[in-house]
Amino acid sequence: MTTIEATKPIPEPAGDNYLTHTTGIMSWLGTLDHKRIGIMYLVSVLTSFFVAGIFGLLVRTELIAPGQTIVDADTYNRLFTLHGAIMVFLVIIPSVPASLGNFVLPIMLGAKDVAFPRLNLFSYYLWVTGAVFAVGAILMGGVDTGWTFYVPYSTTGTAMGGVVMVATAVFILGFSSIFTGMNFIVTIHRLRPPGMTWFRMPLFLWAIYATGILQVMATPVIGITVALLAVERSFGIGIFDPSLGGDPVLFQHFFWFYSHPAVYIMILPAMGIISELISVHSHKHIFGYKFIAFSSVAIAIFSFLVWGHHMFVSSQSPLMNVIFSAITFSVAIPSAVKVFNWLATLYKGSISLNTPMLYALSFLFLFGIGGLTGLHLGTLATDIHLHDTYFVVAHFHYVMMGSALIAMIGGLHHWWPKMTGRMYSEFWGRIACGLVFVGFNVTFFTQFVLGSKGMPRRYWDYLPEFTVYHVVSTIGSYVMALGFFITAAYLIHSLFGGRRAPANPWGGRSLEWQCTSPPPHDNFATQPHVGDCYDFSVLEWDEQEQGYHWRHDLAHEPGEG
Amino acid sequence: MTTVDAHGHPDFLQHHFDTPQQQFDAGKLGMWMFLATEVLLFGGLFVGYAVWRGNHPDLFKYGSQFLDTTLGAVNTVVLILSSLTMAAAVTMAQRNRRGPLIILLALTLAGAGTFLVIKYFEYTHKFHEGWYPGLKFYEPPGTDSRTWADYPTPALHPAAVQLAEEQSRDVAASFAAGPVAEPTTVAPAASGPAGLSVERLAVAEHGGVEAYEGEQEHEEHMLHPLQDPTRPDNAHMFFNIYFMMTGLHGVHVVVGGLVIVWLMIGALKGRFSSQYFTPVDLGGLYWHIVDLIWIFLFPLFYLI
Amino acid sequence: MASEQSHGAEHQGVGHVVPISILVKTAAALLVLTVITVWIADFHFGPANIWIALGIASLKGSLVVLFFMHLRYDRPFNGLVFISSMAFVALFISFALTDTSEYAPDVDTGNAPLVQQKLETLEQ
Repeated sequence: MTTIEATKPIPEPAGDNYLTHTTGIMSWLGTLDHKRIGIMYLVSVLTSFFVAGIFGLLVRTELIAPGQTIVDADTYNRLFTLHGAIMVFLVIIPSVPASLGNFVLPIMLGAKDVAFPRLNLFSYYLWVTGAVFAVGAILMGGVDTGWTFYVPYSTTGTAMGGVVMVATAVFILGFSSIFTGMNFIVTIHRLRPPGMTWFRMPLFLWAIYATGILQVMATPVIGITVALLAVERSFGIGIFDPSLGGDPVLFQHFFWFYSHPAVYIMILPAMGIISELISVHSHKHIFGYKFIAFSSVAIAIFSFLVWGHHMFVSSQSPLMNVIFSAITFSVAIPSAVKVFNWLATLYKGSISLNTPMLYALSFLFLFGIGGLTGLHLGTLATDIHLHDTYFVVAHFHYVMMGSALIAMIGGLHHWWPKMTGRMYSEFWGRIACGLVFVGFNVTFFTQFVLGSKGMPRRYWDYLPEFTVYHVVSTIGSYVMALGFFITAAYLIHSLFGGRRAPANPWGGRSLEWQCTSPPPHDNFATQPHVGDCYDFSVLEWDEQEQGYHWRHDLAHEPGEG
Repeated sequence: MTTVDAHGHPDFLQHHFDTPQQQFDAGKLGMWMFLATEVLLFGGLFVGYAVWRGNHPDLFKYGSQFLDTTLGAVNTVVLILSSLTMAAAVTMAQRNRRGPLIILLALTLAGAGTFLVIKYFEYTHKFHEGWYPGLKFYEPPGTDSRTWADYPTPALHPAAVQLAEEQSRDVAASFAAGPVAEPTTVAPAASGPAGLSVERLAVAEHGGVEAYEGEQEHEEHMLHPLQDPTRPDNAHMFFNIYFMMTGLHGVHVVVGGLVIVWLMIGALKGRFSSQYFTPVDLGGLYWHIVDLIWIFLFPLFYLI
Repeated sequence: MASEQSHGAEHQGVGHVVPISILVKTAAALLVLTVITVWIADFHFGPANIWIALGIASLKGSLVVLFFMHLRYDRPFNGLVFISSMAFVALFISFALTDTSEYAPDVDTGNAPLVQQKLETLEQ
């Protein structure tokens, strides 16, 4: 394996990369290149994030004072419903797997592409179609049921016409997610090059794999759920509607059987990113590799067993309440295992406090709070008081936004040089991260207090005693929004004016750092050789190229990872 | 005959794969994962079936009289034979036998068509009789070519006559015994079947279905649901589940048929060989799942 | 088994070839089981009827999966994928059925309100 050879970097075709390989809009819209598909997803997902984020800001603005501030109650209901539905289905679920995962997975694995490139492109167009239907729903008067579409309101009670449209959108988006998960699982099983054994894969790939299991196994159930919802609403035959003999609690069983694993679809890839960020940016081998890898799969399997904890006060039977509550406690354990391993990785590491690392550290703090408050909600006795209050809102924003989204943004910064070939402004990156972190905590920690004082969620109006908390929360949301706008600004600026990125700006050891930034069209000229992707001792900093490369005093074969 | 390109790759081998074996294995795994999603999609409906049957078993016993067991069995046989021809088609593709491949695919397609034709007749018959899902189930005849005259009245129904005689004997006996110590409990009108004749109330009190245990219901003697004293509460739910499950299954049969057509076109063009038969194999797997689901639907609705 | 040796030669392609004889035998078994399941449904064993029917259906399903779908000759992981999906459905059914049966006694009996309404309008 170690031969005394010239330690030249892998020769790259001069100047040609996946961005310049072919030109023209059709070469993008009809591309089969996973990198381009990932970029298209990224643009689409981030655009949806901003749209739904604006809805969220409007919600917070309305709530700054009791009574009507800027919109009436019906409009408010539509705003929070669409904020939730777009964020869940169009943004967070696809965000890491479809955008960053698509780009990074084959390269990290050592493959030329995903297993089914045409299916990959089809997944993207399914996403677009789902987004079109969601926009159609907005145009048809919107939906005011909350993103959970509980019956019987969603089948009979609402005056809003968009329910069937949104149901169709969710169905289509579900298949986009399923096909992405299928693609990734088959890629990891069948397209690993020689030497890339299961336990040599970077942990991000383990996370994507576990996510794929969830995407394939859980998503069909939301498909049948929204199909039944659409049938019930269109034909009124009596599936979930009690006035026609149906069972509304059954709808909740159907809905949450998917939607609970869905939240793990959101968080698992994010945790995979954190494994990468923490180890690379502290230049230290990840602690407890196998524990983290197995915990990802354990979380995936456990997540199917706890869906009833969303239904504790929905007249689910006491027997099932107890069962679900008990299992919910156990599902926290694999997540905690990961957190401790990450902390142990940081300990005595050589920590670079650059933007990706700052997002990773934010994650640790925010996920700690988010995860632990899940236990408050999983406990039957406290959930009776906290269900449907702002405590729940705060909890899920801490895990979905403060953890999943923050990790995604951190990963975006981490792989930005690789994807675009440009470095962004580190100064503004740190400022924006600080604003987001402070703004987020001000917005949502206040909501824990609000919830435990009894403020219900999804309410347009509230008692005057809650006003000060809402004011604080809204101000926090503006600070956070400022942070995101600054992020968008410097990232877009870097595309035109940023410094050219070296192949390995951070000192990563996984295979994506062995090719140029941006990568060539075919990812690898020759089949790469694989070593321990968390052993950073072989890399050293090169002042001239402002990046890392293989140490001069160590011999290695061309293409050795 | 497969042509190779500059890399020595056969033309059917996509560039991101290294060997045909890898491509085949990847396709197979991908297809099995897709089949898993189909199982889970139908699984949701099976959950609905289990929940309703578990909590309202009388509903399903009552409902199965409306389904023609013979047609259901014929459909089962049709799908089993079409699965046979499909699996045989895969074997033929693997052995480079293009002629038999095309014939077997055509036979499979014929099976799909036969299934759909039989289903069409089943559905149209039900709609003709007024057996719809939802509230439309409770529409009286007169909205189509059937009228009340086509149905026997409950008073002539043998079991109802027998029970009415038993009831009147009991009533006569209780009058002979003297004033009643406690008022008889008559089922409140809200929960009784439509219509308030003594015979029907008697049957309802007697316990409905058990009174007709073991009796063969033939269409000529079948009561309209609105007159049938044995009709359980919310009887339309049976048809909800029946139409949804067989309907979704029917949609999959149509899709399967289209897949087979696509395979036939490919076979006619000579795309498949012993080196590359993957689409036939994977299309076959899809068709077998359609058969598999019907294997469960048939007894669950028609037989028990 | 003789049949396995005879198609040992048919491994030059990428997949295992299932001989027509095995397919025909599988189809015959499926048809026989269909006849049995129809015949046995005429007997009334009470609640056992559903389990007998499901048992025969599972047997038929296994034949389809193992022989028509080649799973007997395929990589075990593909089988694991399929079995897992059924395991998740079983999980879903068992939890949902437990819950609904636990709260079923609390559900109002009789026709649903809109059904009752419809029936009452018919009586006029």
